[in-house]
Amino acid sequence: MRIFSWVTKDTNIDFLKFRKAGYLSSIALVVLSVACIAFKGFNYGIDFSGGILIELKSSEKINMEEVRKQLSGIELDDVNLQSIGENGDEMMIRAQTKSQDEKEQMKAVNAIKKILGDKYEYRRVELVGPQVGSELKKAGVIASLIAVLAITLYIWFRFEWQFALGAMVGLVHDLVVTIGFLSLFNFDISLTTVAAVLTLAGYSVNDKVVNYDRIRENLRKYKKMSQYDLLNKSINDIFSRTILTGLTTLLASIALFIFGGDTLRSFSFTIVLGVIIGTYSSIYVSGTFLNLFDLRTNQNADKTINPFGNVE
Amino acid sequence: MYKLSQTRIYIILAICLAGIFFAVPNMIGNKNKLPKWWQPVNLGLDLQGGSNLLLEVKVDDVIKERMGQIEDEARQVLRDNKIRYQNLKTGADNVKVKIDNLNARSKAISAFRKMNGDLNVQETGDGIIEIRYREQALNELKLKAVDQSIEIVRRRIDETGTNEPSIQSQGVDRIAVQLPGEQNPERVKALLGKTAKLSFHLVDSRSSAADARRGKLSNSSRLINSNEGGMMVISRKPVVTGEHLVDARAAFDGGTPVVSFKFDSFGGKKFGEATQNHVGERLAIVLDNEVISAPNIQTAILGGSGQISGNFTLESAQELALLLRSGALPAPLEVLEERTVGAGLGSDSINAGVTASVIGLIAVVLFMIAAYGLFGIFTTVTVFLNLFLMLGILSIIGATLTLPGIAGIILTIGMAVDANVLIFERMREEVKNKRSPRDAAEAGFTEAWATIVDSNLTTLVAAFVLLYFGTGPVRGFAVTLAIGIATSMFTSVTVTRLIITGWLQKYKPTKLPI
Repeated sequence: MRIFSWVTKDTNIDFLKFRKAGYLSSIALVVLSVACIAFKGFNYGIDFSGGILIELKSSEKINMEEVRKQLSGIELDDVNLQSIGENGDEMMIRAQTKSQDEKEQMKAVNAIKKILGDKYEYRRVELVGPQVGSELKKAGVIASLIAVLAITLYIWFRFEWQFALGAMVGLVHDLVVTIGFLSLFNFDISLTTVAAVLTLAGYSVNDKVVNYDRIRENLRKYKKMSQYDLLNKSINDIFSRTILTGLTTLLASIALFIFGGDTLRSFSFTIVLGVIIGTYSSIYVSGTFLNLFDLRTNQNADKTINPFGNVE
Repeated sequence: MYKLSQTRIYIILAICLAGIFFAVPNMIGNKNKLPKWWQPVNLGLDLQGGSNLLLEVKVDDVIKERMGQIEDEARQVLRDNKIRYQNLKTGADNVKVKIDNLNARSKAISAFRKMNGDLNVQETGDGIIEIRYREQALNELKLKAVDQSIEIVRRRIDETGTNEPSIQSQGVDRIAVQLPGEQNPERVKALLGKTAKLSFHLVDSRSSAADARRGKLSNSSRLINSNEGGMMVISRKPVVTGEHLVDARAAFDGGTPVVSFKFDSFGGKKFGEATQNHVGERLAIVLDNEVISAPNIQTAILGGSGQISGNFTLESAQELALLLRSGALPAPLEVLEERTVGAGLGSDSINAGVTASVIGLIAVVLFMIAAYGLFGIFTTVTVFLNLFLMLGILSIIGATLTLPGIAGIILTIGMAVDANVLIFERMREEVKNKRSPRDAAEAGFTEAWATIVDSNLTTLVAAFVLLYFGTGPVRGFAVTLAIGIATSMFTSVTVTRLIITGWLQKYKPTKLPI
């Protein structure tokens, strides 16, 4: 029955041996992500860009070209047609009107409905004004910054400053690389995507905290062990947990990606991606990062909790 | 090993049973047959279908209108005090007047100050006096306008017979309207698109519209558009306004649709007096700054009721009657956002969510059994319990389940086993250190606890940030995530402990199968 019991075996891997390759690939990933975000940008959904979105279902297969031709008569900007669902009988129209006030948008929606006619079921109609979009964008950015800050603060209260820094570096790495991939693959950035990114922030730090908890414990337990060996041992100690939890979260989010429907696709994609990146960075960013410091000099064995760290 | 007391065991079992009990309605099809306190979780509009509108109350218009009234009052004050003035003007949020004479100016300032305690009267140089609302009074005005708007929006929507609409304020000047089941919000939007400010004014027969346009207009009159074409001069001061209406209905008068109305006693009296004193003149009926009709007053109308004729169809008469019945909006509303989801898509989303949950659940459980064997089976119990507890709590607190909320549930299923994994891994280490099964199990729970709290708290931080900043569906996600974290900590620590303790006591194993 226990075909996966190999996961719950002890490992003895020299993780730190590959730390330089880890640093290089992490830096490369971050640089590429930033470049991709800077030059390619995001494919903002109407939550953020404002505009209209219509989801249609037909009783037969939809000929996208025909629909495109039909719609070309209406004055719209940035028209984007996308086939969704598995059967080719559903599609999504996204567009922006010249002036984005609600009356203009409603006119456009009515024009589209009139041209396409009754053979479609209008499953979703959304109109978002530009004002709401830019407000949401701002709220999204503020929320992400606050989440990163609050989490870092928490870690700082619980650990020495090197740990807090390491967790933050790992967290920023995870977030930047994840949204870099979202930009690369042209995934829709909607409110739900922001929710996924913030959830990831929680997950990513969670993973690092578990690592760090063990490192701290081992620092106290094995006073004579070299730091290199100690970090390796700590990562190995909880390696099976890292893999197990990563896998169960992945299983759940892959189920969501495959069966959860189109609306949740970029959400679940973000989570899948983030879990993989986060698991990697727990070891190769936040874990090996600590090797840059001499943890022993600051270590005070009597303190279990040192709220303010040893800032020097 | 630390033994769980009898009471604690009962409490744990009671919580689990309660969770299951309150989750059960979610598995029963027909919710109408269930009592009110035993209902399934509310479905968000993205799951049940319906329309969401986000409206903005144009509060600045209210301020501007108020400033207009203050301009009138100020003019009166200046006249009463015989003060010479120039350029009395209303701005977006102030009234300005220029008074050159120093004495007259200070006299005017003190007179203005007596007008209304909420006003701030200041000299801004060059002999100009500026009147504006104090910050606090301004905010109160805005708040009141939004509150009133919500009330009026509710009345208008109630008149349409929409099922269980939800109308809530959002932010400073927004109103979020949810219309479950509504597939085409056009009609509702049309109803909300009019402020429906009604007033009756005497027509100023001394000056023609053409004169007025050339600037020959007395201060007590104004020029206004007429629905019947052209423009008209009416007296500024209304005889009576729509505030005093108590009822309005569509009716027929000789085959043409009209709106019949009824005043309260004050309104009836005013209306009676005006019609009595001005027989033969015309009375303009003004709706939202446009004359709908201006009939001749043939006889005094003393009964407090009357009727409005205009170019009505039965439908437009009914609509106007509805608007008048529910009252005027203090300011126009603008639709900022509209999201409509069809019932078909909603139920597809539910199906997709349920499928993904079930498959995710099975995959996680199978994986845990494959990795841990017997302890994996223990985990299965806690994972299912966690799901029930989440659903139960969501149902009890009347939370709204959205599609992202379902995603939150699925994600929690995956993440929640983390606590179990941490505990089991710790036990495995203790077994390796040659500790007895009881000691190892005990150590597993106590040693892993701090880590479990730490790691869950960071996710909880993210959930709370989302709850604070998110709107609609995203909040739904944050709610399920936060509840999921809480319940999963309970099930994976407390319930797992209960099971393992029970198992240890019953079978007294010599070795932990881990």
